[in-house]
Amino acid sequence: MTAPPPTQALAERHKLRWWEPLPWILALGFFFAFPNHLGFGAELLIMILFALSLDLALGYAGIVTLGHAAFFGVGAYAVGMLSNHGIWSEPLSGLAIAAAVGALCGLASGYVLLRTTGLTLLMLTLCTMVLLEEAANLGQEWTGGFDGLPNVSIQPLFGVFEFSPLYPTTQYLYVLGVLLLCFILLRTLVYSPFGQSLTGIRENTLRMYAVGAPVRRRLVLCYTISAAIAAVAGGLWAQANAYVNLSVLSLDRAATVLIILVLGGYGRLYGAFIGAVAYMVLSHYLAKIYPTAWQLGLGLMLMIIALFARNGILGIADSVLTRLRGKRAVP
Amino acid sequence: MIFGIDVASMILGGLAAGMVLFIVSVGLSITMGLMGFVNLAHGGFAMLGGYVIVLSMTKLGLPFIIALIVGFVVIAAFSVVMERLFYSKLYRATELDQVLFTIGLVFVMISGVTLLVGPENQPLTLPSYLQGQVDLGFIEYRTYSIALIVIGALIMLGLWLGFERTRIGAQIRAAVDNRRMTESLGINIGRLFTIVFAFGSGMAALGGGLGAEFLGLDPQYALKYLVYFLIAVSVGGLGRVTGVFYASLLIGVLDFVLKKYVPQGGTMFIYVMTILLLLWRPQGLFGRKEA
Repeated sequence: MTAPPPTQALAERHKLRWWEPLPWILALGFFFAFPNHLGFGAELLIMILFALSLDLALGYAGIVTLGHAAFFGVGAYAVGMLSNHGIWSEPLSGLAIAAAVGALCGLASGYVLLRTTGLTLLMLTLCTMVLLEEAANLGQEWTGGFDGLPNVSIQPLFGVFEFSPLYPTTQYLYVLGVLLLCFILLRTLVYSPFGQSLTGIRENTLRMYAVGAPVRRRLVLCYTISAAIAAVAGGLWAQANAYVNLSVLSLDRAATVLIILVLGGYGRLYGAFIGAVAYMVLSHYLAKIYPTAWQLGLGLMLMIIALFARNGILGIADSVLTRLRGKRAVP
Repeated sequence: MIFGIDVASMILGGLAAGMVLFIVSVGLSITMGLMGFVNLAHGGFAMLGGYVIVLSMTKLGLPFIIALIVGFVVIAAFSVVMERLFYSKLYRATELDQVLFTIGLVFVMISGVTLLVGPENQPLTLPSYLQGQVDLGFIEYRTYSIALIVIGALIMLGLWLGFERTRIGAQIRAAVDNRRMTESLGINIGRLFTIVFAFGSGMAALGGGLGAEFLGLDPQYALKYLVYFLIAVSVGGLGRVTGVFYASLLIGVLDFVLKKYVPQGGTMFIYVMTILLLLWRPQGLFGRKEA
């Protein structure tokens, strides 16, 4: 088999590959196969969406942030506060509001913070997140403070489908639908010239400046979009769980999403899927039985990934596949 | 007059806390400045050190001072092993890999301590000569806080002398300012870094033990105070011993004053200050601009 010339590969990079519908078929299959685990399923799908948003910023544009949960939390609190104070509880427009608020926060913080790089950027994103967490903790009247908002009631979807906490069928399908929409948006985005320029900035910022790309504007735009999607994930979380608490803004959640993305492999969209499934299933079943051993295992896994397998599970699969192919070619 | 005493006691308390912050953070500052290594596991070394110190007092019955020395030596030796085995592989890696590795290491440390010792808080009982109050003439204050201030000041003096007056101090300063040039002069940066790393981790262990009395000591220590350590380092400027010293004292005193007068929003103020400061001077208050 001869490899296609590079131009052809570039022109065809956005074409659908045969395995790409698989995750969606599996997600629908999950709906029919495990009707008792749909709450967990919805949580899993939300984490996939959150990890995807981080993938855009970290995997494609190379913005190393420790504070992405800030936007997740902003989205969750936007939806939660609007509903809890009886202002707005329609689900879809609620998500739109969450996205707008997240985008605004992303734009404001990105515009200011993305001047810096490296350790300073890490510190600034981290500080912004703990600042928001502290603000949510203090603004008791609005955010419920440490206890959070226990009652986030949401109107039926399209006025018909109820959000029932006991039988989260609506939530699951609703989250799946939103995930699909956001994924299509992201997939289009990363294969567009805009996405290519982000990759260029990640690989060699100086050269991108040299070819005249508006580096900072691209980075801020990318960060804004990423923040909006993270806020949508947060809004979905608030709607699906019917409560909001400080955990949505915590360092814990920021670390979790980073781990999920890196576990699956960043800068390749589907890493978020693989990573979220691997992490959530393991943590859901292991962490309850052996919490300490789970943390130990997770820590060791992170160390191994950082030392040996920089592209996560998909990266390992890739190199195994190329090795197999290589062997087949030489009989 | 009452007000004056109030202010004095607040400042003394803040200084004592700031000294602990300084002792823990100084190693982090130098390793980050020297190698550009984002070491989020630094709090983990402080936590482990605190455990070695407290457990060697309660289980082996060692006196406080000896336990502190034991803690320093054990953690310094342990960190040499970690540095040679793992950290040295990641010097040229991206920040993301360094962050991931050190977060993983923190998790392993936390769960390891939880498995071996248990998740509960380990109380530190001070020796009798450090308990009680001491009369300073104008105010009576906790002996231990005064002792901490004295110890911190002595350590600062020692470090300053070591940095300014010894050969290895000069090498470290040179390497922080310009690593390539220093390497070209034939100075073995790898060995230098191992030494600095071991020393910094030992200092963290010392700080973990000294602060255990009022910060508490449980496995989560490694992450709980990490943000404070990082703030002290980035405000003070990477690789600047005096910078971290002033920044730590500033944060310690500010934290005390704010907790007293604004008990609700005190921590928020420190975060806001840090963000504004880093935007204004990314190299920190006392750091030098990148060449």
